[in-house]
Amino acid sequence: MLDVKTLTARYGRAQILSDVTLSVGENEVVALLGRNGAGKSTTIKSVMGLVQHVSGQVTYDGQAILGRASHMICRAGLGYVPEERRIFGELTVEENLEVGRREPRADAPEWTFEHLFELFPNLAERRRNLGKQLSGGEQQMLTIARTLMGNPRLVLLDEPSEGIAPVIVEQMATIIGELKREGLSVLISEQNLHFARIVSDRAYIIEKGQMRYEGSFAHLDAHPDISTRYLAV
Amino acid sequence: MSAVLAVDALAKSFGGVHAVDDVSFSLDKGEFLALIGPNGAGKTTCFNMLNGYLKPDGGSVKLNGRELIGLPPRRIWRLGVGRTFQITATFLSMTVRENVQMALISHHRRIYDLFSRATRLYVDEAMALLDLVSMSEQAERPCSELAYGDLKRLELAIALAHEPDLLLMDEPTAGMAPSERIALMALTAGIVEKRGVSVVFTEHDMDVVFAHAHRILVLNRGQLIAEGTGDQIRKNPLVQEVYLGGGSVFEGAGHA
Amino acid sequence: MGFYLAQLLTGLANASSLFLIASGLSIIFGVTRIVNFAHGSFYMVGAYLAYSLVTWLDGGILGFWFSIVLAALLVGVIGLVVELIILRRIYHAPELFQLVATFGVVLIVQDATLAIWGAEDLLGPRAPGLDSAVRILGEPIPEYDLALIAIGPAVLLAIWLVFHRTRWGVLVRAATQDREMVGALGVNQAWLFSATFILGSFLAGLGGALQIPREAVSLQMDLSIIGEAFVVTVIGGMGSVSGAFIAAVLISVLNAFAILIFPQISIVLPFVVMAVVLIVRPYGIFGRPGSEHGGTEDPDQPLRLLSGKGAMMLAAAVMALALSPVFVADFTMILLVDVMVATLFAVSLHFMMGVGGMVSFGHAAYFGVGAYAAAMAVKLLGLGMIPAMLLAPFGAALAALFFGWFCVRLSGVYLAMLTLAAAQILWGVTFQWQDVTGGDDGILGVWPAAWASSDRVYFYIAFALCIGGIWALRRAAHSPFGYVLRGVRDSRIRAEAIGVDTRFHQWMGFTVAGAFAGLAGVVFAFSKGSVFPDALGIAQSIDGLIMVLLGGIHALAGPILGAAAFVLIEDWVTRLDYWRVIFGGIILVIVLLAPDGIAGGVNRLMRLLRRDAA
Repeated sequence: MLDVKTLTARYGRAQILSDVTLSVGENEVVALLGRNGAGKSTTIKSVMGLVQHVSGQVTYDGQAILGRASHMICRAGLGYVPEERRIFGELTVEENLEVGRREPRADAPEWTFEHLFELFPNLAERRRNLGKQLSGGEQQMLTIARTLMGNPRLVLLDEPSEGIAPVIVEQMATIIGELKREGLSVLISEQNLHFARIVSDRAYIIEKGQMRYEGSFAHLDAHPDISTRYLAV
Repeated sequence: MSAVLAVDALAKSFGGVHAVDDVSFSLDKGEFLALIGPNGAGKTTCFNMLNGYLKPDGGSVKLNGRELIGLPPRRIWRLGVGRTFQITATFLSMTVRENVQMALISHHRRIYDLFSRATRLYVDEAMALLDLVSMSEQAERPCSELAYGDLKRLELAIALAHEPDLLLMDEPTAGMAPSERIALMALTAGIVEKRGVSVVFTEHDMDVVFAHAHRILVLNRGQLIAEGTGDQIRKNPLVQEVYLGGGSVFEGAGHA
Repeated sequence: MGFYLAQLLTGLANASSLFLIASGLSIIFGVTRIVNFAHGSFYMVGAYLAYSLVTWLDGGILGFWFSIVLAALLVGVIGLVVELIILRRIYHAPELFQLVATFGVVLIVQDATLAIWGAEDLLGPRAPGLDSAVRILGEPIPEYDLALIAIGPAVLLAIWLVFHRTRWGVLVRAATQDREMVGALGVNQAWLFSATFILGSFLAGLGGALQIPREAVSLQMDLSIIGEAFVVTVIGGMGSVSGAFIAAVLISVLNAFAILIFPQISIVLPFVVMAVVLIVRPYGIFGRPGSEHGGTEDPDQPLRLLSGKGAMMLAAAVMALALSPVFVADFTMILLVDVMVATLFAVSLHFMMGVGGMVSFGHAAYFGVGAYAAAMAVKLLGLGMIPAMLLAPFGAALAALFFGWFCVRLSGVYLAMLTLAAAQILWGVTFQWQDVTGGDDGILGVWPAAWASSDRVYFYIAFALCIGGIWALRRAAHSPFGYVLRGVRDSRIRAEAIGVDTRFHQWMGFTVAGAFAGLAGVVFAFSKGSVFPDALGIAQSIDGLIMVLLGGIHALAGPILGAAAFVLIEDWVTRLDYWRVIFGGIILVIVLLAPDGIAGGVNRLMRLLRRDAA
């Protein structure tokens, strides 16, 4: 469904990504593992059209999307959940969701306010509150809900477990499971191997901008040297 | 032995909400203390009161017997409190060495010198500090080109420039890979031991906390709900409920 | 009683038109983060278009209002064109670029308006149906004023409804906080920005069009309103429409009463109010932290000392300059003095902006105070040239010390606006205080001492002071003081965390920059023999910004190249008709094509040449 081939990104003189290749299949949850600065976020942002100076090929459903404006990529069916949450603090919860709302599409489940409030009961209670009044965990939920309002087929989750309490991370795992049940595909960037193992089907490991591993978690567990070398777990 | 840091009945409210409520603790020389708790528990508020960015509603913070409340951050720094930030804060338009030199220039009270060449001051001292955190090879690189983990180490070197008695580290390993986290904290622990510095740090990575903290304080809704060693905290049912959860997402609590 | 009510109503009517233009400015800034100097031009064009349409249609009540709305719509279209051609390319540029680019638009629109409507002031017709006055408590109140009083709140309500009840409004408000994220959620930012720009320009055009029954339409409308509109926007909080409304009412009503006590106050009052409000609320009434910065910049590269070759080239250039009086004609020597003055001025501004990170829209204030202090030392105190030259920079330093104390409490656009306010206050004082400053007539006869009166001798005096000043500022940039100042710019919390009193440090930086601008002013005053209020005006401040930008803000050599280029271009261009169009065009070309200025351009050229050679 998503095919990334020989993706290369530069920032100034530094090469952030070199020849990154990965794919995400239909209704699959794929983890992109790596340490900080390895290139996880850059990969996800490049796919989403948020990085300048990138080259390579990114195809989604057979159409080349690299180089398109990020709003066009979103409209093609990709949803982006940023690492820093980036909710609109001066807008209410409902208005935040409204910004994310897009027309329903035939090939993806349609999300409504009601449906999302079922999945995120905390948000339902606070629908008229301003984004900035929410707690960190609630903001994390809102940023996912907001992206789902765009009815994506593929969700890109950038470091969803970073900087939040373990209890909320557990909720996050439940939600990702829910998305998979709804038929969505998910690409998730993570440093937390334990969390990634719980939620995803298979893994990639990226280090210094290069892809180092592609395969199952079982294989990773059987060969601890891989994660030691590239993730330094 | 008298405490390096003595915090007594510290309190702060924002619009009627008790962000920090009657928090007291003390810290001995060379002690490595972790402050943990859920988001919004008051860790950052607590920290900002220790380093002077926030004025508490009540309570006292004493460093070696001297009251810190009411002093601006820069005065607290001069009294011997160093700090690192959750999101690294460095001078991006300078080289690695210049960043450390800035702290040394300030420590030696030369910041109003209008004539000397800044880059030629305290070069050896700066290099020695960079050596301490294994950054001396990168001394001439622009700070803006550094990898995140290196920035964290640079911050540590900056924080040590004025030979502090106390180091405040706000989520020192946020945004780092697991092994880098352990490495950074091991490095910190080594320096702490060598120099007799005391450290208070906040942290979300329980593996880091359990591996290095001599003592752990748990905050929830502004109050201290538990205090003890790693084992005691891990087994505390209240802490499990409000913070640690079932323990499936971190290694220390025994992932199956 | 009735008299005071009349004053109040006049104030409220003024508030309405001020609100219209300020709300547009605020909306545009909120979404695009551009401080749009050309907003005043849209206002002016709105008035001219309305004048033409109303006189041409001559169609009674309906024709009048139709003309007003049509004029505003046309201005909206002009706004769209400006956005598409120019602004769209510089959304990610630092605020300085954007400001200077929009100033380029101001220049071009001025000449275009001059070409179409001529230099004469045009007196618009009264509004049909609203052309008389009603008596309230015995005082005549123009009906048209009452209509304006109603229009302001009505427009506020309409904007509020659009922003809170329509999807487009929600998107605009979201974009005000995080444009990139709005894009990643599937919204086409480009069209959102364009639509916002149309709305903002429409409001400016409407404000201008509604003025025609009240004041003569003239070519001065643009810059005379823009300062006040900035002030209102800043007091209300950049990006806040209701804030703009409250601020407009506050200023206009205060003004209506204050002029009863002190008639000269209206030039200065808005800026005083702004200074007071910003001290109490650093982000304006409804502003939020984080709304004060324009586009983000990549961090600067570390400073390097000049290489051997660079130092030799510089030494050669200084030597050539020192020897030039031997070779060149007198008028060239005068031009070279202008270049040196401009260079010192630009370097001092760069010290404040590039090193200190404090963008100043009003740096001319200290240049002007230096010039006036020298002139007054000679004329009022009867001092000789040398004592006056020594004394005057301290005058500038004192002014910078005073206004800097307020300015360093703020940052980003707010700081820039407050520097503008400071400059306008000083300009207003100079302009009004006839007995001491000579007002509009300036101070004449400030000539060098007899022994220094030849062009050649004065050239060497200017050379010593300007080159000495430039050298001292460069030295300061490399000193611990300058490095720490740059550190405060890079990361305030880090600077604070290594024991720096960041505010005090910036305050001192501001003062140093002001003192050296003053020194440039002193040399200027004696070289011209006279001083006028223009020396502190907006145009002079903008000239400084253009010089810094022209040279490239990221290099210490930038302002030197920029000032030289600026003076030479200006010297050539101002001899032509319609020089504003040419000058505005040059500005736009530089901003759009060479955003890193001459210094950056030279660097790139060198890299290219080296690559070819290799």
